Amino acid sequence: MNAVLEHLIVLPVVVPLLTAAIMLFLPESARRTRVTLALASVSAQLLMSVALLFLTSDAAHFIWPEGVGVYAMGNWNAPFGIVLVVDRLAAVMLALSSTVALTTLTYSVARWDRPGQPFHSLFQLLTMGVNGAFLTGDLFNLFVFFEVLLAASYGLVLRGTGTPRLRAGMHYIAVNLAASFLFLIGVAMIYGMAGTLNMADLAGRASALSGADRALFDAGAAILGVAFLVKAGSWPLNFWLPGTYSIAIAPVAAAFALMTKVGLYAILRLGTILQEDATLAGALFYVGMATLISATVAMLAAKHLARLASFSVLASMGILLSAFGLRIEALTGPILFYLVVSVLTTAAFFMLTGMTDRTRITDPPVMPEDDPAPRPPAYISYGVRPPSVVQEDEEAGIAIPGAMAFLGLMFVCCALLVSGLPPLPGFVAKFALIRGALQGEQVTPATGVLVAAILVSGLTALIALSRVGMRLFWSAAARVTPRLRVLEAAPVGVLILLCLALGAAADPVGRYLDSAARSLHQPDTYIRAVLATRPGDATAEKP
Amino acid sequence: MELVFALAIGVLAGSGIWLLLRPRTFQVLMGLTLLSYAVNLFIFGMGRLALHRPPVLTGHGPVDPALYADPVPQALVLTAIVIGFATTALFLVVLLALRGSTGTDHVDGQEPAE
Repeated sequence: MNAVLEHLIVLPVVVPLLTAAIMLFLPESARRTRVTLALASVSAQLLMSVALLFLTSDAAHFIWPEGVGVYAMGNWNAPFGIVLVVDRLAAVMLALSSTVALTTLTYSVARWDRPGQPFHSLFQLLTMGVNGAFLTGDLFNLFVFFEVLLAASYGLVLRGTGTPRLRAGMHYIAVNLAASFLFLIGVAMIYGMAGTLNMADLAGRASALSGADRALFDAGAAILGVAFLVKAGSWPLNFWLPGTYSIAIAPVAAAFALMTKVGLYAILRLGTILQEDATLAGALFYVGMATLISATVAMLAAKHLARLASFSVLASMGILLSAFGLRIEALTGPILFYLVVSVLTTAAFFMLTGMTDRTRITDPPVMPEDDPAPRPPAYISYGVRPPSVVQEDEEAGIAIPGAMAFLGLMFVCCALLVSGLPPLPGFVAKFALIRGALQGEQVTPATGVLVAAILVSGLTALIALSRVGMRLFWSAAARVTPRLRVLEAAPVGVLILLCLALGAAADPVGRYLDSAARSLHQPDTYIRAVLATRPGDATAEKP
Repeated sequence: MELVFALAIGVLAGSGIWLLLRPRTFQVLMGLTLLSYAVNLFIFGMGRLALHRPPVLTGHGPVDPALYADPVPQALVLTAIVIGFATTALFLVVLLALRGSTGTDHVDGQEPAE
């Protein structure tokens, strides 16, 4: 039984990989099969991550007594072989990612996944990269999984047509390629100094370094941190993010809402394992504050809902980074709670954006009449078949009644969640953060600044959102009532309901997240579990 | 040898960064490519430079690790080359598509105002 359960760790990587590979062989007409496969794979991932959540918790002692499961790839021992590690934090992030993946995939089936074949394969590879990044116990594999998810996201962000999308896509690729080089430089420096890439092994070796070696190691860690900050979207490395996220089609943007959090997860994981000195963490606070302030100001300036949603991603990232930069251990639990709520919220928000966009009456695009020689679109000049234009409302699917009422209600819920007002759990999350910050041993000026910034940014978000909401729903200007399908409406509703459930169950969820935070701050268990792994016959070799 | 190696990395990285900040898409592509060469050399150098040392163990019995080069950075470089190559190719496709749809090779898709 346990032997079977141990393979659960590798499945969140293998299942989407195989699904993506199988889908490549299906003919283009086999859309139904592809959709079924994709949904089955993502549902399986959700089940697996829930199982992992349970198995790492205190309730299940029979398999991993300390809540850390280690899977040695190819049966090689830990510092030399490659390991996948699941602990509570990884399990929480996995559950979060598969929830977002399942809802956005359902949403995309309504109409966004056509035309074009590779959407579902790319989506599966994206989930594979995200899951792998959460599970890996090895720095270089973290890089590889980052690249897998980024490569898939390059393909996804380019979906659809139009020059703005190409332009934003190119900026996105260029920035992320440059960041990947920083990542590699950091990894190489760390390897050159410590001689290992296994995160658990690194912890011990790093503390043994001293003098110039230690300085170089710290420089490597800092370069690595910059790479993570680019991917997490922190100021001043985030100018690519609003442009990309607001231009990507709605389900892709919703799935991307999770991607920035992968960078944050890497910062959390490495920051606690390597026990970096206080200066680096202090820098994290200032970077986070700058992110929060710039995103808050930008929210006020944003006119379009998708841009507003992108800036709300940045604002939540600013809160998370600066709260983590305070280095108060009691704050990590509330940070995780806020992370979960904000990911679910922004995913719902982006999907909502895709629906409210259709309330606008769009004029047919005006063709410049005296263009001497109309250029063929790029794909024609390179011999690619032009994509067929999506026909609005052409496919089956039951429309829901009261579309505008539904949109309005969901918008209000999103606004309350983003700005952190009761009774929705955005309030609970921010309240827990503020309480945790003020309950520290001594209240420093930094804590006060953070609390003030959280409150002010909530107010600003409310102002910005109500302004956009009024224009969307109350303005007398002509709007059409869109025809919403259940497939599109349900995922948004489910995410909002999930947020509500999180708020109602804040006590048990908070306790689980607190225990995840505790094990994050006491990496000894993690390190021991990884380095003590004797794969194969575990019981026989133990004295 | 170390000096030449370091200079090579420095020149590649410097020119790569300069090109990366240029306004034309092809320059950006070249910059990314040069930068990836610099990074790959850097990773290789992190395994320490040594002559006449194979990275793969040969023979049987006890071996003296000092006679062998560190194989891990070489494996890392291989992976980094493959990944960098694939993403650069993708970047090239987007570059061409943008050039085709806007008619300019400026990174913003439009010529700056004079």
